[in-house]
Amino acid sequence: MMERLIENSAQLILLLVLAPLVTGVIRTLKARLQTRRGPGILQPYRDLGKLFRKGMVIPETASWIFAATPWVVFFSTVLVGLMIPMVAADAPLGLFGGVLAVIYLLGLGRFFLALSGMDSGSSFGGLGSSREMTISALAEPAMMLAIFTVAIGAGSTGLTDIAGAAIGQHWRFLAPAQMFAFAALALVLIAETGRIPVDNPDTHLELTMIHEAMILEYSGPYLALIEWAASIKQLVLMTLLINCFWPFGLQPTWFGFGAVEGISWLMAKLLLLSCAIVLLETVNAKMRLFRVPELLAVAFTLGSLALVSTFLF
Amino acid sequence: MTAELFLSGIIVWLAGAMTSLVLWRRPPTARRVGCGAALGGSLLVLVGSAAAIFSGSSPEISLPFGNPVFSWAIRMDPLSAFFNGTLAALAAAVSLYSFGYLRPMEGRRNLGAFGFFFNLLLLSLALVFSASNAFFFLVAWEVMALTAYCLISFEHEKKETRNAGVLFLIMSHAGTGLLLIAFLVLSSVSGSLDFTSFHLLASRLPPLQQGTIFVLFLFGFGVKAGLVPVHIWLPKAHPVAPSNVSALMSGIVIKTGIYGMARVFFDFYGPIPLWMGTLLLGLGVASALLGVLYALMEHDLKRLLAWHSIENIGIILMGFGAALMFRSLGYANLAALALIAALYHTFNHAMFKGLLFLGAGSVVQATHTRNMERMGGLIRRMPVTALCFLVGAVAISGLPPLNGFVSEWLTYQALLAGFGTTHSLTRLMFPIAGSLLALTAALAAACFVKAFAIPFLALPRSEEAADAREVSFPMRAGMAVLALGCIALGLGATWFVRVFDPITQQTLGVRASSALVMARGWALSPGTAHGGTISTAGIALFFLLAGAAFALPLAMRWRRRSVRGPAWDCGLPGLTADNEYTATAFSKPLRMIFSALYRPRREIQAEYEVSPYYPSAIRFESEIEPTFEKHLYDPLRQWIMAVANRMKGIQAGSINLYLAYIFLTLILLLLFGVRQ
Repeated sequence: MMERLIENSAQLILLLVLAPLVTGVIRTLKARLQTRRGPGILQPYRDLGKLFRKGMVIPETASWIFAATPWVVFFSTVLVGLMIPMVAADAPLGLFGGVLAVIYLLGLGRFFLALSGMDSGSSFGGLGSSREMTISALAEPAMMLAIFTVAIGAGSTGLTDIAGAAIGQHWRFLAPAQMFAFAALALVLIAETGRIPVDNPDTHLELTMIHEAMILEYSGPYLALIEWAASIKQLVLMTLLINCFWPFGLQPTWFGFGAVEGISWLMAKLLLLSCAIVLLETVNAKMRLFRVPELLAVAFTLGSLALVSTFLF
Repeated sequence: MTAELFLSGIIVWLAGAMTSLVLWRRPPTARRVGCGAALGGSLLVLVGSAAAIFSGSSPEISLPFGNPVFSWAIRMDPLSAFFNGTLAALAAAVSLYSFGYLRPMEGRRNLGAFGFFFNLLLLSLALVFSASNAFFFLVAWEVMALTAYCLISFEHEKKETRNAGVLFLIMSHAGTGLLLIAFLVLSSVSGSLDFTSFHLLASRLPPLQQGTIFVLFLFGFGVKAGLVPVHIWLPKAHPVAPSNVSALMSGIVIKTGIYGMARVFFDFYGPIPLWMGTLLLGLGVASALLGVLYALMEHDLKRLLAWHSIENIGIILMGFGAALMFRSLGYANLAALALIAALYHTFNHAMFKGLLFLGAGSVVQATHTRNMERMGGLIRRMPVTALCFLVGAVAISGLPPLNGFVSEWLTYQALLAGFGTTHSLTRLMFPIAGSLLALTAALAAACFVKAFAIPFLALPRSEEAADAREVSFPMRAGMAVLALGCIALGLGATWFVRVFDPITQQTLGVRASSALVMARGWALSPGTAHGGTISTAGIALFFLLAGAAFALPLAMRWRRRSVRGPAWDCGLPGLTADNEYTATAFSKPLRMIFSALYRPRREIQAEYEVSPYYPSAIRFESEIEPTFEKHLYDPLRQWIMAVANRMKGIQAGSINLYLAYIFLTLILLLLFGVRQ
């Protein structure tokens, strides 16, 4: 009982602290690749700190949904963060749900975010909500196929079991089924975290934004909560991808020196994945909204290939 | 004891029906008697069904006025008791709601007749679920169809309502025809009409006959359930009925089809050929996906909900199909898991769809329109309705920690486990069905963002919406009961799965619930070797604790630093309802992406006086093609009309001719009889 509590607290602190850092690293790397200096990797912390100290403007037309949403989004994302294996293969709150619960809890956050987008009555919010729900719906079948492939390989949808199965065979990610599933999940990750070429997290251009359009009316601490939750979600999905496919350095428990080693491995792998994302974002332009279904169709095809290869090879 | 409770519930309904009919000249009394009897009878049946399930007994009652060929026999085995419990739980809440809902109709409509049909519908539903004789079953089935028709057509002055009612009646009877043939074939083999004589009988028939009967039952019951492609009456008939009737129709009347399939496929059939389960799974996927895709295009709030009934029936049938496949392949435990998923979803759907229809009824009563584009901002005018509708919307979207999530999760687990049950290519069906279920659930979430946000959030889009008033106390109470039901069924999942033990014992010979409950009742697992777990109670507890510890105190502090200001209006002079996103606009991206299915048509006419760049008025029309009506039902209707035209010739109207027909028929029958 006590051990669980310590594990949960440790992972909670790691989540809350590491998430803005990953966002900062990605931004800085991207700036460097575009020969800009960039604001420095600590800028997301400064942004959050400033937002938390500020006042808020709440739209006159908004209801209690507007005030409840940041909390629902933040709590559901943090809960998801505790349900995945980060440093130890054993997820602290693994009992609360496996990979399906992770997806559906993120869905709960998105549901409320989309509602809050429509709450103020501004047309941008509706635009963002409509696009967000469309894209996430189209991403779902590809994600589920890839997850089914992984779950079939591990014999479980529990993330502790999935990571455990991966630890047993370090080089398993080279199997065709795993590679296809990885590619499908990577595409879905791009769509889910709102990165180029699906959405651009840095834009506030009226016609192209998706996530930013939904949260346009938020300010101050509520905006900080949503931004923080968005970076935690990004960290969670990246970690999920990493630990299901490249389990190197994943420790059996959170206790002892292993934890330091586990955290270093996690950071190294996150850095690698961030570099890949930065490269992808820099060499690609944002897609037209109606081209996104094609990208997700590619993901779906990869997912199907993954599934078929589980028993072909 | 359980039998007496059940029987007294039936008698209360019967008495309520008669009394409210007699009292039709005194609307307030008729309303109170009608709703009161419905409520009282439901509570009695609820207690009776719960007692039957938990005691594991199957009480039988035979009414005294039978005859040698058929008996008026009732048998409350666990399957019947489960469906009766579903009926009673929903009907109790709907009856409570009806106290308030019918009140404004006093003096304008015949509430005596309404009470009569309403109680009779509940009565016939209970008999459908518990009749243990094919003849009795079909009588109850027909009474149910006719009372449902009368209730659908209650507001019969509108042409739309009359047409929908007639369509329901025609399709319902076509379905009954198929059932009649199938039951006659079975009884000709067994020599009896008793359901007990049908037990495992169908599997002993020759393969061709077995398959034919399967298809007859599938579509005969499928019509009532709203299975694609025999679903077209459903989105027409459910919205035009009074909303409390819509709640019953979507919540439980369509479940009679599910009950029928469960009874036939798990009781009358033994392990069946694999293709039958595969067909059911495929039809389930098609129903789920098409249901939600058409729901997305609706901006009639009640019709949107009706399309979602088709979607949810699809999800239930996916569980059924998987259960049948597992039984054929010899995996009784997995079959139990899939069956539990399907039945759990059946109960859940009764709760949340009932709730959503009652919510829609409240909104329609307050705004006098079913068109979402004329609502808006109702969360401020009708806070309780909004909260209850939100609970229903979260539940139907399958989001944790509510009940829809639990049953969808169980369905996923069953499908996932299915992959390992066979080495043939059939096993690809399972993960593909799973991924399409994921698509369905995500589209449903998109649809319910629309269905909640457009009517309840932002600014009112019409004067009626701006002047809406919260509904009366009984209506709020009815919705609150169902909302609490959705929450309880979500959080208490590990407790509720025990209900299914007697049912799986009866149909599959295994008791699965002890394998499903883990961590001292905190977590649910699929019962397979590894399997993941979920803990809806744990998730809810996390939200409660985190909310109490952080959200409340911080929100209080931040509130002091917050000001109210106008939302961004793009620099126009103030935000008006005209700036808001509409329901049509919300689903536009999906309309474009799935245009191959929808084949949308739109027409824009601009009127201008000086130059086309300065239009004085713009008319915009957009519609999607009703694929099934156009390509399946229209040709069928034309063919029937053509045949009817041909046959006009033999109906000359002369009585001598008709006597000759009767004579000829008699001779033919005699010849046929002699040859036998």
